[in-house]
Amino acid sequence: MSDLNWLTIQQARDLLATREVSSVELTRSCLERIDSVEDRVRSFITLTPEAALQQAEAADRMLADGTASPLTGIPVQIKDVMCTEGVRTTCASRMLEDYIPVYNATAVDRLFRQGAVMLGKGNMDEFAMGSSCENSAFHPTFNPWDTGRVPGGSSGGAAASVAAGEAVYALGSDTGGSVRQPASLCGVVGLKPSYGLVSRYGLVAYASSLDQIGPIGRSVADCALALSAVAGHDPRDATSLPGTPPDFLAGLEDNGDLTGLRLGVPVEYFAEGIEDGVRQAVVQSITTLEQLGASVREVSLPSTKYALACYYIIAPSECSANLARYDGVKYGFSEQQAEDVWGAMEQTRQKGFGPEVTRRIMLGTFALSSGYYDAYYLKAQQARTLIRRDFDAVFETVDALVTPTSPVVAFPVGEKTGDPVQMYLIDVSTLPVNIAGLPGLSVPCGFSEGLPVGMQLIGPHLSEPTLLRVGHAYEQATDWHSHRPGL
Amino acid sequence: MPLDRAQVRHIASLARIGISEDEIEIYVDQLSDIIDQFEVLNQLDTVGVEPTGHAGDLRAVMRDDEPAGSLTPEETLKNAPRREGEFFRVKAVLDE
Repeated sequence: MSDLNWLTIQQARDLLATREVSSVELTRSCLERIDSVEDRVRSFITLTPEAALQQAEAADRMLADGTASPLTGIPVQIKDVMCTEGVRTTCASRMLEDYIPVYNATAVDRLFRQGAVMLGKGNMDEFAMGSSCENSAFHPTFNPWDTGRVPGGSSGGAAASVAAGEAVYALGSDTGGSVRQPASLCGVVGLKPSYGLVSRYGLVAYASSLDQIGPIGRSVADCALALSAVAGHDPRDATSLPGTPPDFLAGLEDNGDLTGLRLGVPVEYFAEGIEDGVRQAVVQSITTLEQLGASVREVSLPSTKYALACYYIIAPSECSANLARYDGVKYGFSEQQAEDVWGAMEQTRQKGFGPEVTRRIMLGTFALSSGYYDAYYLKAQQARTLIRRDFDAVFETVDALVTPTSPVVAFPVGEKTGDPVQMYLIDVSTLPVNIAGLPGLSVPCGFSEGLPVGMQLIGPHLSEPTLLRVGHAYEQATDWHSHRPGL
Repeated sequence: MPLDRAQVRHIASLARIGISEDEIEIYVDQLSDIIDQFEVLNQLDTVGVEPTGHAGDLRAVMRDDEPAGSLTPEETLKNAPRREGEFFRVKAVLDE
């Protein structure tokens, strides 16, 4: 293991800019680290070392001729839910095991245009449905802090690769917590941007009204840099916001003084189910934020208790419609033993989808079916309105909220796989953010029983500059983000 | 139990997912457990509350109708499990 394996994007960029290190050297060090730890971590579904070294050589030319951008030459892992031209994109599903996209997702394209180096595609729960990375059709990913435990999910590969020193940063996706929760469980930073800030074009759809692409990194500033690269309007995504987003790194250059900032602590997020060690770490972090000058008050989001039900009706409903496209006709796995077209379709879907995906498709089909639509889907959409109103009301009096990212630290592999409801409860603090379309940032804020704890910052729509500023100030005042697993 | 075997079978057929007898048993239990969690929504007074379809505020995004490039037939068919010329091949949809 070399020092190069623990660089932040900013540190790597400085070494590359002064030519102390080349992108090829940096990429080789990542590939060597992958060689030595990947059999224990298993964060990748597909490794692309040759293509990575070619991209690194091209990046070194950009660095030499003065056309480099902030991410030029820096190795990244891409969650296998984003299309990569010519590189298979499986969504961790048998259904897409051999699917090779003919185009890049917009977010991937934007990284590549900056000269990014893709190491490979990250493991995940199948079709991004899960909270532990155990729903991958190929293999689980293991937490670098304790390989007997899960890394969280669904972007478990992304978070584990950054925490294990394999990749400098990663791109994940977050529908109910899938960037923030694994970042929290792996002791790295994860950002779920406001709905519409990052194009979803080329992101394999799970629940379109909730899905957002977001970065995972070793520092808040790294997430700001990666977000700046991928954010911005894309005519290919009708939900992409118009206008030009700000430079998200620019707001972080201040001295870390949070005087004047109003923080809210929602009581509902500290209720039963939260582990003592997690509560203590987050409470301690709130004290730190106060010492930095922020004012803190208790607030209430009374509709929080409806968020889990709301999410597990809306997300599966949208999933049942989105995943109707996997019919064995246009692409993907296809089983043609049956006599007729419908039989072939049913067998294709039976064999192509894993248990959790089937469960959610069935759940969504039920919630949308005749006789149940009003009781479930419509009711959930109304609950969604009330959850949004709660946030709107609370943001009249505070600038951001502080909560735990996950009520628990990384749990043992296999502990929750038999009980879907227990697994769903893990995301109780993150899913309201997606329901309301808000940004959420998870920052390492301590340890409980040797395992990382994450603090979540939530703000109004497009308040990323505020969240990043608070997270960065907190990071400067603490050293949690610089702890490394003894892998 | 909010769901019985017949309902699970019906849902699977609506979703076009083949399902074995053993799986039906599992899904009756698991889906019922999950649907039980939805009962909490009955406590919520939603009279007169507008539904929210998605959290974005954009509606009916328009653009100029200008010709632009798109995938070629070859690219579109590249991942086809079965093709015939420039077509996806499927089993007969209509009875003779």
